[in-house]
Amino acid sequence: MSVTAKTTINIAREEISDSSRGYWREVFQRLRRDPVAMACGTLILLLLAAVIFAPWIGLQDPVTGSMIQRLKPVGTPGHVLGTDELGRDMLSRLVYGGRLTLMLGLLPVLFALVIGTALGVFAGYAGGIFNTVIMRVVDVFFAFPSILLAIAISGALGAGIVNSLVSLTIVFIPPITRVAESVTASVRSLEYVDAARISGAGPLTVVRVHVLGNVLSPIFVYATSLTSVSMILAAGLSFLGLGVRPPEPEWGLMLNTLRTAIYIDPLIAALPGVMIFLTSLCLNLLSDGLRSAMNVKD
Amino acid sequence: MTDQQGTDLNASPDRGGPAQPLVIARSLKRYFPIRKGLIGRRKGAVQAVDDVSFTVRKGETLGIVGESGCGKSTTARLLVGLTDIDSGDLIFDGDKLGATLTHKELWAGVQMVFQDSYASLNPRMTIEDTIAFGPKMRGVAPQQAHAAARDLLARVGLAPERFAARYPHELSGGQRQRVNIARALAMRPRLIILDEAVSALDKSVEAQVLNLLADLKAEFGLTYVFISHDLNVVRFISDRIMVMYLGEVVEIGPVESLWKKRAHPYTAALFAAMPSMDPDNRTEVPPLTGDPPNPINPPTGCRFHTRCRFAEEVCATMKPAARPVGGEAAHMAACHMLDPQSGHTMAGARGQEMADG
Repeated sequence: MSVTAKTTINIAREEISDSSRGYWREVFQRLRRDPVAMACGTLILLLLAAVIFAPWIGLQDPVTGSMIQRLKPVGTPGHVLGTDELGRDMLSRLVYGGRLTLMLGLLPVLFALVIGTALGVFAGYAGGIFNTVIMRVVDVFFAFPSILLAIAISGALGAGIVNSLVSLTIVFIPPITRVAESVTASVRSLEYVDAARISGAGPLTVVRVHVLGNVLSPIFVYATSLTSVSMILAAGLSFLGLGVRPPEPEWGLMLNTLRTAIYIDPLIAALPGVMIFLTSLCLNLLSDGLRSAMNVKD
Repeated sequence: MTDQQGTDLNASPDRGGPAQPLVIARSLKRYFPIRKGLIGRRKGAVQAVDDVSFTVRKGETLGIVGESGCGKSTTARLLVGLTDIDSGDLIFDGDKLGATLTHKELWAGVQMVFQDSYASLNPRMTIEDTIAFGPKMRGVAPQQAHAAARDLLARVGLAPERFAARYPHELSGGQRQRVNIARALAMRPRLIILDEAVSALDKSVEAQVLNLLADLKAEFGLTYVFISHDLNVVRFISDRIMVMYLGEVVEIGPVESLWKKRAHPYTAALFAAMPSMDPDNRTEVPPLTGDPPNPINPPTGCRFHTRCRFAEEVCATMKPAARPVGGEAAHMAACHMLDPQSGHTMAGARGQEMADG
């Protein structure tokens, strides 16, 4: 008797773990059938790999250049993507610049995702005075255009990578909080949350088990679309001299310094912009694909 | 199987004995404030449930009927403690909620099945996980809870090997409502509130679920509060019926007594609106017209007087008290026509008519 009971329990356990993995597996299956999202995902992965392994893939030094080799055009032997106004290899600078740019694109969104989700879910689930206080404060931040807010905070904190990270994080907390609050409020009114409450589970358990799972995917998809904004804002900060400092390569900063060369070699001057454009386009298309893949119901 | 002892959920014990009603609701009141402006100034209140008193006896099924917006669902949520009571007492088997009974203890004895079978299941959880969630929260070992969940799935007619790992959107409405019933049962409650639990199902499935509910009631010794707007369904499943209008109880009584004598004009109108299967038995009484009055500013006196065929001056000025109908204490109605002293011109006649049957 006890043996059979145990085996059924084991079977049950396997099926449970199966089913909880099933959702993400299904999302991935659906994503694989979306050619645009797959292409964009592959590009992003390639870029990430290049950026992570930059020191080991035989690139030239991105910081030191030769004045004789200034502004060589694209396709020059030894410099596939040409050289910049100080004779530094553009390919190397673009890859190394991607390190900082992608970091400034992803990290603020990640931090804001954690903080904004916590704030928004709390405001949406607790309601009442907590909701009013949190959401009205968020509204104050909404009064400023995000680029202006980023410049203002960055300017107040002073130039530098860490300060750029902080200012961008602050810029992205309000929109994520707002999205998290609205989806949480709508989930909270659903009867399965009531049913969980009358099962005697505490509010933290109800939020963790029944609310978070159902609000995370819309928030996550929204945050993915913010990464491209973050990258552009970070590039903008560097362009204004508030983010990364020369000679450190960063796409926005490169755009700034190459500005003077735009009449001599427009293609070279446009390259960092092309990278920003391609990366944010890919991130946006990937988040679109993710959004439809996560909608398992249809 | 002795090692299961102590980890299995046991139904909360019967403490008050058979004579103690399972639920006593005394002057329950719930107003939903309407707030306006930035600081949320109170601009009035929806009087969803106003001074509602009734009892639910052990082992019976109390049906609650009434129009949309009459406070049925709010009453249900008050009974299960999902909505806070503004004033009045809720006494569960002798223990008053908030005094000798916490919400957690109440939930050990009362569960609820909601109307929307889809919204009441977490779309990201398999139905087995959903059913096992509550018992796990009450400290049952996960293996026990899952084994019990599969047993309950079988009991409500869903083969566990086929259904346990499914998600709610993979089930039909009737199947989902069975899952909801199993989820409520998993908590081993003594009282289940069924808030329009079969209203959204089609007729054949509705009949299956009603039969299942009747079987489960006998098997687990349950008590039901059954809320519906379908009088035939309520008659089938209930022992007693409570009729609500605009947040108040207008009539309450045993099914057969109420079916014979509809003492309150609102009950009569509600029953008259029921389609008849017999072509010779056509509805003679004109049906109620219009919507119920605004519960933010309900009519004075008897709340039904604005739509009542027999309304007189006294109805607009004085609130009628509940009085026994036809000398039967179990059957009460709140209408001036039942009170010979009320001053209503038909008081004597109708009271007599009701007394005679």
